[in-house]
Amino acid sequence: MRQKPVDLDAPDRAIMNRLQDGLPLVSEPFADIAEELGLTVDDLLARVSRLRETGAITRFGPFYDAAALGGAFCLCAMAVPEARFDAVTEQVNALPEVAHNYSRAHRLNMWFVLATETLDGIEAAALEIERATGLAVLRFPKLQEFFIGFRVAA
Amino acid sequence: MSIDAIDRRIIAATQAGLPIVARPYAAVAEETGLSEDEIIARLASMQARGIVRRIAAAPNHYALGMAANGMTVWDVDDSEASRLGTKVGALDFVSHAYLRPRALPDWPYNLFAMAHGADRAEVEEKRAEIAALLGPACRSGDVLYSTRILKKTGLRLAGGAA
Repeated sequence: MRQKPVDLDAPDRAIMNRLQDGLPLVSEPFADIAEELGLTVDDLLARVSRLRETGAITRFGPFYDAAALGGAFCLCAMAVPEARFDAVTEQVNALPEVAHNYSRAHRLNMWFVLATETLDGIEAAALEIERATGLAVLRFPKLQEFFIGFRVAA
Repeated sequence: MSIDAIDRRIIAATQAGLPIVARPYAAVAEETGLSEDEIIARLASMQARGIVRRIAAAPNHYALGMAANGMTVWDVDDSEASRLGTKVGALDFVSHAYLRPRALPDWPYNLFAMAHGADRAEVEEKRAEIAALLGPACRSGDVLYSTRILKKTGLRLAGGAA
């Protein structure tokens, strides 16, 4: 999953930085940005398309709060014995409710997110994993969320 | 915080992203059979209600040389956790920060913050910055590095109906 940094020229970098700040909700949102960056709209659109196609931009558009759309989420962790790690991975990943699953260097070595339509669904999925694996599933639902500042300087 | 059938139509049409054209909202309007003005007004309303967080580009961390990340976790005094969590979430190298319940005795940590850097050494520097910011209200901390992605699927829009 590691990939080499892509080659970006100065305008590309300026675009990457600017587009992380958000697009105005106006009919021609790229017009103001192009002017800000000293580019023509056509050049800006061509560059953004290329950045999207090459994968430097992974997603472009509205970011929705998944919980606000309905649905429940819960981060969970397990301490999986090394000898059973691959087998338990298969058991956990088999549930469609498991959205992401990462192995991490810690005694709690498997961390996954459950995503379900309802809160009851979270509990049912966690219990199902405990039943299938015989291992405890620690539940870490979010109590409060903080996100404001993150930017990746291009 | 509710969304109706028209909001859902807009969400379905834009969940994978906006077209990269001069008038992206007009393109969404055409796809959904709504007017451009209505698309803009509804996205603005959803943004005001926190359903849309922002309309922006998400950079590929790896492509930009931010190859390393660590899940930093902290045991922060409950009375200070919300105030300090806000400060940690505002750091430009932290992508997500959450308060979560502890799972004692296995897990004493209640503040989770994902820290990003060019390499692990830089993530460790960032971790030290967070520790300094938390100060004495923080009793202990740890960092968990991911070693493998075992599964990754996109989040689906829950429920087809409004």
